[in-house]
Amino acid sequence: MDNTLPTDEFDPVQLIRMMSGNGHNRLIGVKYNAHGSGWAELRLPYNSALVSDASTGILASGPIFTMMDMATSMSIWLKSGKFQPQATLDLRIDYLRPAEPGKDVFGRGECYHLTRSIAFVRGQAHDGNPDRPIAHVAGTYMFTAGA
Amino acid sequence: METNSPFARTMGFGSERDSEGRLVLTMAFETNKMGRPGFLHGGAIAGMLEAVAFTTLAEALDADDTARIKPINVTVNYLRGGRDAVTHARATIERLGRRVANVEAIAWQDDPENPIAIAQMNLMLQRD
Repeated sequence: MDNTLPTDEFDPVQLIRMMSGNGHNRLIGVKYNAHGSGWAELRLPYNSALVSDASTGILASGPIFTMMDMATSMSIWLKSGKFQPQATLDLRIDYLRPAEPGKDVFGRGECYHLTRSIAFVRGQAHDGNPDRPIAHVAGTYMFTAGA
Repeated sequence: METNSPFARTMGFGSERDSEGRLVLTMAFETNKMGRPGFLHGGAIAGMLEAVAFTTLAEALDADDTARIKPINVTVNYLRGGRDAVTHARATIERLGRRVANVEAIAWQDDPENPIAIAQMNLMLQRD
């Protein structure tokens, strides 16, 4: 992919919609919700095909991890103002409580520090009330161009 | 999350046993597991590592143990990109306590000595 996209041609909404419409993000059904400088918020619509246990209807943790991986990835491009290829080095997620069955889950990723080669990210997920998060994440990404 | 859960079926996990009888999950390389073009999505790898950790722990509990297993946290280290090949995953229980278990899971493609990702997971055993 082009990693020299000028800032003025970088359309985050279009990029997020393109990425959520392909590959694993599409399987999980993750959608664009909102973004700002250095952050992106996605939405994971409730889907019974993604639950961990049919008897409880609670979403599995895997799809929430996938959404947070994508939201934190996006936040890096929104922080730097340009698209650069990158790879996840590590991502930690704390599951504070299960998402309520039937509710969509929102995931916000934030890039809080950038170096030439590494991006530091964090984020939160909630199921309707941002003051009652269901998960916290922290991680790092490495830029792969020229690596 | 059991390997026969709706999520596991959506992911298309297969399961087999290695020569030591350990559970090994398998995942084919398909477009719907991809992140950046040509590579597995980190989230698909994480979901697989969580599933094998969870199921390996569930199998280790006594047959009459009614404990419910809940994830507390997971840390995934990505060592290599996941390429166009079958991915395997297995888990090792580092400690099985009364209330908490610590499980390490690895995912590999060609050789378990060269994993593509390693997860450390804490799981709660809820008994009431």
